Amino acid sequence: MDIDVKMTVNGKAVSGKVEARTLLVQFIREHLRLTGTHVGCDTTQCGCCVVHVDGVAMKSCTMLAVQAEGKAITTIEGLASADGTLHPMQQAFRDHHGLQCGFCTPGMVMMGVDIANRLPGADEKTVRHQLEGNICRCTGYQGIVEAIMDASAVMNAARS
Amino acid sequence: MHNFNYHRAADVADAAAKLAATDDPKLLAGGMTLLPTLKNRLAAPSDLIDLAAIAGLKGISVEGKEVVVRAMTPHAVVATSADVQKALPALAQLAGNIGDPAVRHRGTIGGSVANSDPAADYPAACVGLDATIVTNQRKIAADDFFQGLFETALGHGEIITEVRFQIPDRAQYMKFRHPASGYAVVGVMVAQYGSKARVAVTGAGPCVFRVAEMEAALEKSFTPASVANIKVSAEQLMGDIHCSAEYRAHLITVYARRAVEAMVG
Amino acid sequence: MGEFGIGQPVRRKEDVRLLTGGGQFTDDIDLEAQVYAAFVRSPHANAKILAIDTLAARSMEGVIAVYTGQDLVDAGMGVMVNEANYVNRSGKPMNKPSRRIMPVEQTRFVGECLAMVVADTPEQARDAAEAVEIDYDVLPAIASTARGLDKDAPHVWPEFGENLVVHWEYGDKDDVEAKLAACHTRVKVDLVNNRLIVSPMEPRCAAAEYDTASGALTVYTPSQGGRRLQMMLARGLLKMAPEKVRVISRDTGGGFGIRSKMYPETVMVAFAARTLARPVKWRGDRSETFVSDYHGRDQINVAEMGLDAHGRASVLKVETLLNVGAYLSENGVRLPMEGGGRIIPCMYDIPDFYFSVKPMFTNTICTDTYRGAGRPEANYIMERLMDAGAQALGLSREEIRRRNFITEAQMPYKTHLGFVLDSGDFDGTMQMALDAADWTGFETRRAESATRGNLRGIGLATFIEGAGSRPIEGMRMRFEANGEVTLFAGTYSHGQGHDTVYAQLVNEFLGVDFDKVTLIDGDTATSPETSNGTFGSRSSMVGGIGVKRAAEAIVAKGRKIAAHLLQTDAERVVFEGGVFRAQSSSITLAEVAAASHDAKKMPEGMALGLDESVVYENDVENFPNGAHICELEIDPETGILEILNYVAVDDCGVVLNPFIVHGQVYGGVMQGVGQALTENVVYDADGQLLSASYMDYGMPRAAHMPMIEALFNVVPAKTNELGVKGAGEAGACGAPPAILSAVGDALSRLGVSHIDMPLTPEKVWRAIQEARVVTAA
Repeated sequence: MDIDVKMTVNGKAVSGKVEARTLLVQFIREHLRLTGTHVGCDTTQCGCCVVHVDGVAMKSCTMLAVQAEGKAITTIEGLASADGTLHPMQQAFRDHHGLQCGFCTPGMVMMGVDIANRLPGADEKTVRHQLEGNICRCTGYQGIVEAIMDASAVMNAARS
Repeated sequence: MHNFNYHRAADVADAAAKLAATDDPKLLAGGMTLLPTLKNRLAAPSDLIDLAAIAGLKGISVEGKEVVVRAMTPHAVVATSADVQKALPALAQLAGNIGDPAVRHRGTIGGSVANSDPAADYPAACVGLDATIVTNQRKIAADDFFQGLFETALGHGEIITEVRFQIPDRAQYMKFRHPASGYAVVGVMVAQYGSKARVAVTGAGPCVFRVAEMEAALEKSFTPASVANIKVSAEQLMGDIHCSAEYRAHLITVYARRAVEAMVG
Repeated sequence: MGEFGIGQPVRRKEDVRLLTGGGQFTDDIDLEAQVYAAFVRSPHANAKILAIDTLAARSMEGVIAVYTGQDLVDAGMGVMVNEANYVNRSGKPMNKPSRRIMPVEQTRFVGECLAMVVADTPEQARDAAEAVEIDYDVLPAIASTARGLDKDAPHVWPEFGENLVVHWEYGDKDDVEAKLAACHTRVKVDLVNNRLIVSPMEPRCAAAEYDTASGALTVYTPSQGGRRLQMMLARGLLKMAPEKVRVISRDTGGGFGIRSKMYPETVMVAFAARTLARPVKWRGDRSETFVSDYHGRDQINVAEMGLDAHGRASVLKVETLLNVGAYLSENGVRLPMEGGGRIIPCMYDIPDFYFSVKPMFTNTICTDTYRGAGRPEANYIMERLMDAGAQALGLSREEIRRRNFITEAQMPYKTHLGFVLDSGDFDGTMQMALDAADWTGFETRRAESATRGNLRGIGLATFIEGAGSRPIEGMRMRFEANGEVTLFAGTYSHGQGHDTVYAQLVNEFLGVDFDKVTLIDGDTATSPETSNGTFGSRSSMVGGIGVKRAAEAIVAKGRKIAAHLLQTDAERVVFEGGVFRAQSSSITLAEVAAASHDAKKMPEGMALGLDESVVYENDVENFPNGAHICELEIDPETGILEILNYVAVDDCGVVLNPFIVHGQVYGGVMQGVGQALTENVVYDADGQLLSASYMDYGMPRAAHMPMIEALFNVVPAKTNELGVKGAGEAGACGAPPAILSAVGDALSRLGVSHIDMPLTPEKVWRAIQEARVVTAA
């Protein structure tokens, strides 16, 4: 039984027919072919699949596509400006070597933006605890934590 | 994941009707436990009834001596609610340490309570804060609600609509996080209501439980020393590859004492 | 040295793509009309396979094919490769079972592939896999390393009559024992080097397509370089001509050693694509990855060291048990001898040495190379011994090391197993770490912690690595007509930043703009014939010098073209900063490159283009080393441990890009922290994996560490022309012993003398409890 879903992804209205069991991440990756959002586990632990749903970070592997009906989704592909200018969080990941293999990176960046939005000016300890649901095996997290703190300051300055 | 029929309930009555009309249904709240279970093919319900569209199931209010959290309120909302932070900071703090930020954005109090996971945090809040679990059919005291490993008093067709916490004079929750999953290995909620005290423990046993001996001691004298030497028997506790029952028993005493320390600070 | 040359902290070229969702991991690649594979895996650690009934599965919706081990035998498929050939001192060769791609008669570990389903959709394939019915005769199993060689342990391979793979020995046991007995002081350690789930963040995947007309097979898979996989697939497994098999890895989400290996699923996907003449894709779940990716470590080491009254060690005996799992994986059995053996006794000059290694079969997935591959284990043994020696003799931990270090004056220094250490300032490196960590000021901080009821400790570990294994690698450099440079490498960057570092080298040697250099790797169709891939911290040397040699070949040819164009002799032309000069005239390399594509401008008889291939070969590896210091605090009431400070001083030789090398250090340290604190594979007595998901296996998280202070003590390697030493694995060597040393320091006053990894809060708490009981008694 296929179900019609409609949502906004990276500012564009999209629709599709999915099975009830289709996960949001499957819809994003397989139907929309936006493959920047990754699947790194099957127990909602690793955070490689984090996207924003109506502006907050969620794990798209633990959400059905039908649950995203009518919602606004932002994926890693929707973060940079149309002219290619990186989002401050993406830029900070580059400046602080916050990525190596790049697999956890989209989820880390999306979580980083979420942390910066919710907790502007968060200190190192807070940022580290906020990354509880995102696993990286390459970087030792050091560049990631530095990047989130740095970008958070840039984003904060831009807001004020 | 096996396929299933998906239904979006318009209101609680609609959800109840759909529960009654389907073979082997499950209610879908935040899905933080249910969806991983389905993904790993550990369950195969015929129908999922999504409660997310029911507006009346969201929100928080403070009503007299109660903090009322409606069933579909995500943990993050509880954690950041100014009302909760003011009236019942221990609850806000507990909610803010469940899982991780992305899980807190979706996971709901109703889903957590209905699941009665032995390592979930909310059962300690419900029992420790003398909550009433309100369903579409009745009101159930938290003390009667949690009945065992993944077992609750909920009957067929029963849907949690809200949880009403009694505001204590003071309360504190202390948790030892599981090193892998982040669930509570031991979580202790201590609350003081006038001359009464409540000590509720999650994570350690098959189901949340109260420690009567600690409560009695605190009712005599609400000091850290009162609980510092009270041991819970390891016999009824769980052990796993991370923490033995004996260690869990030890942590209960330590965390109860530390909770009291933080309260009397 | 310009802004983009050697030693500059250049931002990575690959980042923008990976940061904007442009990565191309294997699961991101869709092949036209692809179908999907799912595997039926063994639920038993040891069982006879009585019957496999695929009838129900075959009749399910969307199912295209179901294959069993017998189908592979019938199709004439080969067996998995293992090239190890060790011999017992008795002359008896090692026990070497043949490993089929999927077994036919017996399964030997939980998670082993027993059947494969191919269907139109992934869910159909999984549904049908559940419907494959297998009858088993379940047999007793053995998973424990400690018990694997017990007399009553079930035999994984009954035909051998034992679980022992081989008893490998170095040195004279009787002589070493006699010398130990004669020593002033002897110390002994009994260590568990815990088994780990390697866990690159990208779960394992494979996709393959077969072109019937040409008979060409293309396999997409995460890897650490495809050439070896191509050769194994072609020669041993699929029995095809190597040129008909192409292996492509665009992006790979972490390797750490285990992604360089061939796995049955990869072979099966290739086999199905060829058999069905349809593209087939398999996307592993994390839960499948837990049970079927090779695991790391899993040794038990009993070691004894004999010292004189001044703390000089002269005798060492190490006895190692190694759990290799149910089969011989490609490299697992070699790790103590050829991984750790390269360096042991590590930084120390110990003349008498006996080394015994007993690898054993168990009913578990195989172990194989994991970050450091035998060297973390060797360093762990030596560092624990040195701490024990210091304690026994009342020496400081830095002083006992200082008294035993191999000095620069002794180099080149030949190790027991025949490797030659060329360089290293072990004492200087350690001193840098001691200074940076304020080692001497520690007691004040310990006292401060004590006022809060906490036990503070500081730990030191020095270590040496052997990097640059299999030092032979090709490199091709091609100038395009527009002056851009394309590199074709057989090394394969999967996080290490080769695109960036190789471009820096091209910039350094040829003056070509950093942005005009493109690296093409991860494709056997374009990689040099001689290529091994990226593992063992080898790419800085074999790849880096490959770039240098290729640049030299370009200059050599370019000089001839320049001489022709400048109408002079090649000998009179000098190349500097991207320009060929001959007295007053000059021409840029870009102009020479452009001219090289124009036959009219080229010397007669010279091939068009600037396109040079080289093979770099070295006969030695390199030996990075370092000193790490960890400071931590323990809550004695709960056993919870918090790392407060971590200093890493590394000698990675010449640092090509400090930004990237620091990243390698941080990542390696965190993996070491994971091993020391949270990570542990647990099998139950029946061989069921209990730590089978991230819910039960403790991956290190951001909150486990503070910021690491990473410093370099640059001592250029003397044995390669860039002076580099591989940086990838060092951190994983330093962190476990540094942390154990710190915990030992924190607990030593309580009388705790031994504790094994991982240092879970409960383990620390129990050690404290037991010590208190003993003290009280």
